[in-house]
Amino acid sequence: MHVRFKALGVAAALGLAATPGLAQEKLKVGLLLTLSGPSAVLGQQARDGFQLAVKDLGGKLGGRDVEVIVVDDELKPDVAVTKVKGLIERDKVDFVVGPIFSNVAVAVHKPIVDSSTFYISTNAGPSNLAGKSCNPYFFATSYQNDQNHEVLGKVAQDRGYKKVYLLAPNYQAGKDALAGFKRHYKGEIVEESYVPLTNLDFQSELAKIASLKPDAIFTFMPGGMGVNLVKQYRAAGLAERIPFLSAFTVDESTLPGQQDAAIGMLGGSNWAPNLDTPENKKFVAGFEAAYNVVPASYAMHAYDAALMIDSALKATGGKTDNKDAVRAALKKADFKSLRGDFKIGANGFPIQDFYLVKAAKRPDGKFQTEIVEKVFDDYTDAYAKECAATI
Amino acid sequence: MTARAPSGSGTQTRFGRRLGLAPFLLFAAFAVAPFLAAFSGAEGYVLSLLTRVMIFGLAAMSLDLILGYGALVSFGHAAFLGIGAYAVGILASQGSAEILIQVPVALAASALFALVTGAISLRTKGVYFIMITLAFGQMLFFLATSLAAYGGDDGMTVPERSRLFGSRLLESDLAFYWACFLCLLALYGLLRAIVGSRFGRVLRGTRENPVRMESIGYHPFRYQLAAYVISGMMAGLAGCLMANQTEFISPAYMTWQRSGELIFMVVLGGLGSLHGAIIGAAAFLLLEEFLPEFLHAAGFLLQDDMRTRLVENWKMIFGPLLILIVLFARGGIMGLLRRGDHG
Amino acid sequence: MTATLLFVQSLNGLQFGLILFLIAAGLTLVFGVMDFINLAHGVQYMVGAYLMAAFSAWTGNFGWALLLALPSALAVGLVLEALVFRHLYDRDHLDQVLATFGVILFLNQGVKFVWGAAPLNVPAPGWLAGSVEIADGLLYPVYRLAIIAAGLLVAAMLYLIVNHTRVGMLVRAGASNAPMVSALGVNIRRLFMIVFGFGAMLAGFAGAMVAPILSVEPGMGDNILILAFVVIVIGGIGSIRGAFVAALLVGLVDTVGRSFAPNLLRLLLDPATASQAGRALAPMLIYIFMAAILFFRPSGLFPAKR
Repeated sequence: MHVRFKALGVAAALGLAATPGLAQEKLKVGLLLTLSGPSAVLGQQARDGFQLAVKDLGGKLGGRDVEVIVVDDELKPDVAVTKVKGLIERDKVDFVVGPIFSNVAVAVHKPIVDSSTFYISTNAGPSNLAGKSCNPYFFATSYQNDQNHEVLGKVAQDRGYKKVYLLAPNYQAGKDALAGFKRHYKGEIVEESYVPLTNLDFQSELAKIASLKPDAIFTFMPGGMGVNLVKQYRAAGLAERIPFLSAFTVDESTLPGQQDAAIGMLGGSNWAPNLDTPENKKFVAGFEAAYNVVPASYAMHAYDAALMIDSALKATGGKTDNKDAVRAALKKADFKSLRGDFKIGANGFPIQDFYLVKAAKRPDGKFQTEIVEKVFDDYTDAYAKECAATI
Repeated sequence: MTARAPSGSGTQTRFGRRLGLAPFLLFAAFAVAPFLAAFSGAEGYVLSLLTRVMIFGLAAMSLDLILGYGALVSFGHAAFLGIGAYAVGILASQGSAEILIQVPVALAASALFALVTGAISLRTKGVYFIMITLAFGQMLFFLATSLAAYGGDDGMTVPERSRLFGSRLLESDLAFYWACFLCLLALYGLLRAIVGSRFGRVLRGTRENPVRMESIGYHPFRYQLAAYVISGMMAGLAGCLMANQTEFISPAYMTWQRSGELIFMVVLGGLGSLHGAIIGAAAFLLLEEFLPEFLHAAGFLLQDDMRTRLVENWKMIFGPLLILIVLFARGGIMGLLRRGDHG
Repeated sequence: MTATLLFVQSLNGLQFGLILFLIAAGLTLVFGVMDFINLAHGVQYMVGAYLMAAFSAWTGNFGWALLLALPSALAVGLVLEALVFRHLYDRDHLDQVLATFGVILFLNQGVKFVWGAAPLNVPAPGWLAGSVEIADGLLYPVYRLAIIAAGLLVAAMLYLIVNHTRVGMLVRAGASNAPMVSALGVNIRRLFMIVFGFGAMLAGFAGAMVAPILSVEPGMGDNILILAFVVIVIGGIGSIRGAFVAALLVGLVDTVGRSFAPNLLRLLLDPATASQAGRALAPMLIYIFMAAILFFRPSGLFPAKR
């Protein structure tokens, strides 16, 4: 395996690089991830997960040597579009894998699929890409964005919570999150609170929660905001009294910052590090040995993306020129996913199980989420029926 | 707040000689680039990168009019990029992709925003002006994030590029490149004419000594406001081009960081020369694009994981590089070139 | 119930305002006395938080960590001063902006290089970890009360230093007319260094204090920097008093406004529109506030220069 960070581009851009006419060309995969700024840790998880998979597969995908080209989208949609054009036209990648954030995913969707390149999302699953704008070149190994929130909505409904307080950042994904929660929850919502995206201090909201005394709160508060919220929720003494349901708020990427404050808090996920399959055990042990952190679902999705490409190319004998054959093979998803049950639906999104998970401290002092119960079995996202593409 | 710029009161040599070769070489390079790009094997990528350079060059140049010639540090200039981009995106999603509708709307909206915020901001001076323009920029940014119908925070894909008289000419990257080139060239000429006119001289005069200008009967405020509006409209046009290039609009186009980057490009290139701003934009964007690769090549002695770390943390090199440019290259890149001429 | 809520929100606003004041105080002095725009002030706040995290992991004790973090933050400030800022004092503002922006890029990436991109955790000291019950079911963390106390203490100390010591007198004189102070034979370079180091330490102190309640992560200083600039511009550049008043105003407007703006709008509009408009309006509030103040007082509330 040879990993490079866009080398040779200068020469190519200046028009100096002759196309090397190698007999056995390497397979090229472009990883488009957020690797700078406060959310870099998510991109790093995905990058490490993908590269671990390539290493475990002996540096080959589908029998071909692989070149993984990592680019940083800087979480700026316009930067991402330029970089993705570079991946496609300069580096001539066969697959684009990534990104982390939905706004980037939407921005790069058109340039990628217009160039007939396969696009595998390892995290972002915006509703329009699952529904109206679904495309035969787009796949996801993650989920549709609403699904993790739906898990908590179902749990809140099943546990008979009468009043729930909702809290999310004031942006599109935050609004989608609350909409996802409400899909299965039919009780009373005492308040929908939106905070600015750069919010660091939740005292105002905590004061409101304490005064409204809901049966539970549900929140979507990714990254550093989640770290702050969880610590402050615990410090305000609310954690013992009002159950804390969340998605993308308490996971392995934020637990190193939250630590003991998060223990016992509930989340929704399609996987957890302690999921009991032999493949997963090997993956978690391997990941921790290689990078010294507990893998989060971002790493798992990226690992699965590599397995998916591997399985597809095995089916086509390593060839990528017949797009229909590659697509059919990708759709079959003929590999053992780390999360167990895994199929690809008509819109390119997975059909999979979802779990209620809980943050816990392991005997070795590290923190991870652990499975409490299965909430959905072979679950399809709500937008799949809007997808008219005949894949 | 004082801004450094070559003072216009030097020896009045002929227009062409004073300008030097830089702008001619610059535009010649942009004109030749597409022909070379065809041989690079990555034509689309090279074109898209250079188109981006020209668009940011246009925005930076518009900022240079008020920053370099008027010493007005606008820290909310990205708002105009946003206005232009959203005008294109919103109109296109409503079904009017005609550029002859989009651009006038964008220009009118930019002019209106510039007129209102400029009239308020110009009451203040120095750093207060910087901060009040920042405030207006932030207001527009948050307004865009709340436009749920147009993607809110996530932004929105623009359904199609602008049409010219109904034709889909601009769908071709090459045609779009030339369109941007013509815009840049035309506006460079326009701005050159503006700064060379009486208006430009008064603007420079108010930069050097507003009290004197007032005492000889000029109203600095009117000139500054007019320059602010012109500058805003040009940045708005750059925004139209940007929405077309990325085929995407997003509030991320008008963050304060983006406004900072524009100031940056102007200072990096050298204040008050117009083409300096374009060169600054090119230097900034190309460094951002190629510094990681350069580091990769330079780090061949290091172990693989150390090398990856170095490349990933390219901003650790980029930062000190900027400091060094400021410390040792007074007057930005144009300052360096000018010194090269004399020495 | 609304009265208690208003009280708690005001307490939150006060605490937020005091943190802003700690950062803005250094910024306004450096700006006022040295006429130096230091964009890197925000990363000094971040460095303070990171130092706190590192020392607290090393010593396992909050007090020791704080004692170590403060001089280290000071040292970082002085090193930056000697390496970069000193060479920029006689440059114009734009050069300063450019170079200090370079420092931001470097340090943001630098902490990521050293400590990784994941947020770090700093435990609050045991004796401040609890919370007090203000009203029925409404708990307020003791640690936040401690921040308020520390902030007020520092403000009082600054007031004494600036108004009743020789250095303070020079600082005030420098803020209103720096060339004159220099002409009177004062070693202005040394004064600059003291002011700068002190400002860096205050920002570092703010970072260290918030480390237990906020997540310590790269870039955490960027947004607070903009708010600090808002504060010093509202207060009037160079004025500690102005920074104090403006910091509290900004803290209150942001916290209380965000919490009550949607409710107030509900009196005028139907609920759906009100919540939509409130959501759009809330983050703009402090900028509208600043623009309004500058409209009526173009040099801020307490202009130091005349």
